[in-house]
Amino acid sequence: MPTVTAELVDAQYRALKDAAEHAGYHLNPDESFVKDIVRGMIENEQRYGYQSCPCRLSAANKDADRDIVCPCDYRDADITAYGACYCALYVSQKVVDGTQTVSAIPERRPPLSRRTSAAPVKKNPLTSLSVPVWRCTVCGYLCGREQPPDVCPICKVKKDRFERFM
Amino acid sequence: MLYALSTCGWCKKTKEYLRELGVAYRYVFVDTLSEPDKSEAVAAITAWNPDCSFPTIVIDNNRCIVGFNAEELKKIAGK
Repeated sequence: MPTVTAELVDAQYRALKDAAEHAGYHLNPDESFVKDIVRGMIENEQRYGYQSCPCRLSAANKDADRDIVCPCDYRDADITAYGACYCALYVSQKVVDGTQTVSAIPERRPPLSRRTSAAPVKKNPLTSLSVPVWRCTVCGYLCGREQPPDVCPICKVKKDRFERFM
Repeated sequence: MLYALSTCGWCKKTKEYLRELGVAYRYVFVDTLSEPDKSEAVAAITAWNPDCSFPTIVIDNNRCIVGFNAEELKKIAGK
């Protein structure tokens, strides 16, 4: 396995922090904790070819792991409920301000036995849309167009994280 | 037995805290195992913790602590 240098971790950390702040998200202010997680993300990228969540066991299969490629589909709901994502990589503004503390949180991802692939789209008989509506499964951004965008304009995840919403 | 991931921040915190408490423990990084050891570890974890989340600590094949929980860890250390 290629080694992950401190320089690589630092560079990824800065890029991740810039991207987070730019999109209205916040990294955990505990820099050394975050850098350990960033190292794990780089290691997973080297092992699996994608940045699987460092705090969850990867299936070594991108289709099975799509919901836990960082940022995971559960991040925003966990930040709202607990002030931090499952890894405590991303945190709420309150945590940044020091008015909320971070602790380990329960797993929101359904266990394997209850995990389903994309939910079927319910047709709404009251609407007759000229184009489909796509939903970003990470941040909830909605857009009406023939195909989802290549990159979510809000949270910057790739096209494969969009689901047909309407 | 502490079931952990080599890449997980909470697993690292758990190991450090157990060391601080002076608790002797065995651990395994499940993500670094090869088959069939990995599947066996997953089955052992899932029996205690259906989410198969990390860290999962199984104590004397008798009770289980899921996640980094300082209070529970202190209890098992008798502190």
